[in-house]
Amino acid sequence: MSVQAVERFYAPRRYPLASGIALGYLSVIVLIPLAAVVAKGAEGGWHHFWQVAWNREARAALELTFELAGGVVAINAVTGTALAWTLVRDDFHGKRLVNAIVDLPFALPTIVAGLTLLALYGPTGGVGVNVAYTRWGVLMALLFVTLPFVVRTVQPVLIELDRDMEEAAASLGAGRMTVFRRIVFPHLLPALLSGVALAFARAIGEFGAVILIAGNIPFKTEVASLYVFQHINSDDPTGASALAILMLVISFALLLGIGGMRRWATRHDR
Amino acid sequence: MTARYGVRFVSLGYLAVILIAPVGLIFWRAFEHGLHPFWAAISSPDAVHALKLTVEITAIVVPLNTAFGILCAIAIVRHRLPGMGLVNALVDLPLALSPVVVGLALYLLYGRDGWFGHWLLGHGVQVLFALPAMVLATTFVSLPFVVREVVPVLREIGTQQEEAAATLGASAVTTFRRITLPAIRWAIAYGVVLTTARSLGEFGAVSIVSGGIAGRTQTLTQYVQASYENFDQTGAYAASVLLALLAITTLLLMTVVKRGDRST
Repeated sequence: MSVQAVERFYAPRRYPLASGIALGYLSVIVLIPLAAVVAKGAEGGWHHFWQVAWNREARAALELTFELAGGVVAINAVTGTALAWTLVRDDFHGKRLVNAIVDLPFALPTIVAGLTLLALYGPTGGVGVNVAYTRWGVLMALLFVTLPFVVRTVQPVLIELDRDMEEAAASLGAGRMTVFRRIVFPHLLPALLSGVALAFARAIGEFGAVILIAGNIPFKTEVASLYVFQHINSDDPTGASALAILMLVISFALLLGIGGMRRWATRHDR
Repeated sequence: MTARYGVRFVSLGYLAVILIAPVGLIFWRAFEHGLHPFWAAISSPDAVHALKLTVEITAIVVPLNTAFGILCAIAIVRHRLPGMGLVNALVDLPLALSPVVVGLALYLLYGRDGWFGHWLLGHGVQVLFALPAMVLATTFVSLPFVVREVVPVLREIGTQQEEAAATLGASAVTTFRRITLPAIRWAIAYGVVLTTARSLGEFGAVSIVSGGIAGRTQTLTQYVQASYENFDQTGAYAASVLLALLAITTLLLMTVVKRGDRST
């Protein structure tokens, strides 16, 4: 055995109580309730589960959710990187205020986010558009709540980035776009990917921000979370559970993916 | 030069369209006829009750999740037990999971035919459509914040000082109080601020398990929804502004905590 292994073996088992309480608390708050969803969805057997989870309305809701989340990822990748860039490399009056405002969607209740968009871009907004009960409205609501993710993952990497390489490339005759594409972008990529993955996960499950703006029209603005909500209200817990299980699996897979990406992004640090 | 202005224009323009203009507008709408309508809307009995209920839930959830968060962080970082990997993954789950799924889970568990609900109702304990379920839902969604802030700090400080204290005869409690706690206190403060913000603003999970009866089981976020759907725009905007002010206070507190952290 190595020295470390010996030490680990003989180290006193610290805080067994902490582990016990942590596990118990997690079980009561998280694990058992989620088990109840899985049990409900699975009570009719595998075949029945697929029948319920894969009906036309549920499939339309899932498809729409993925389409919108895809749009959220694409738009956030561009605007989030641009915002991070502006906050790190640019200089203007009020930059610190802008930096603080970027965090607002994290702190603002989601129902308020939806209401603010409806106030401006809804029927009484007075700017000549009406996104209420449309997919564009739902997309805007998702963009509102996911705005900080990419900015806050890319920004620290951009701050740490050594500018010597960029200057070297520029002095060798590389244009601005080439420097960004060949030098900056590869360094930002892991952070960017983990940022868009977080935004994607959030967009898949978002509820509060979209409920007012979507108006909940099946096949048109009904995303997965609204489908689950609607089916709880119409006393169909089995149908709600079937889609909820799919959302649960997607969330878990995304979390594992983001964890893997984090390890990949920090692989040079260790 | 033009490229820099281009990026600035695109990014700040996007921020203005998606975030600043809509949020600014509800402040304008809430106050455009002066303070009086705002105050009248905020001090209606239902709004006051909703605010009280929201604060009550937060006051229960934040201490629970803070105590748990510290214990859980210690367990994840310091205790090598099989199953800690699973704990680590489970703690993050509320960040990625839809609040609707959380609400459904509690609805199934504590409903009439639920695993717990059947027994509890038989003994006269009403969980669903009452305060306990709203607390459980809020606890679930705000669970990760303290853990996630404390874990990296605990990793960074290592165990040398704690071991030294233990060698010199300090008990586990003394070691925690004198060595560990001072090192993680800013992380805890940051986590508490985030937990509070999330608890005050929770909507999805709570709206499924609360029943949302005005003046009884309606939180402030549900009050916003109900007011808007009942065409009481003044009430909806006023309550939204109140929640937005709480959110802005949160952001300011976070800045203060960050500064405190740097000065130690």
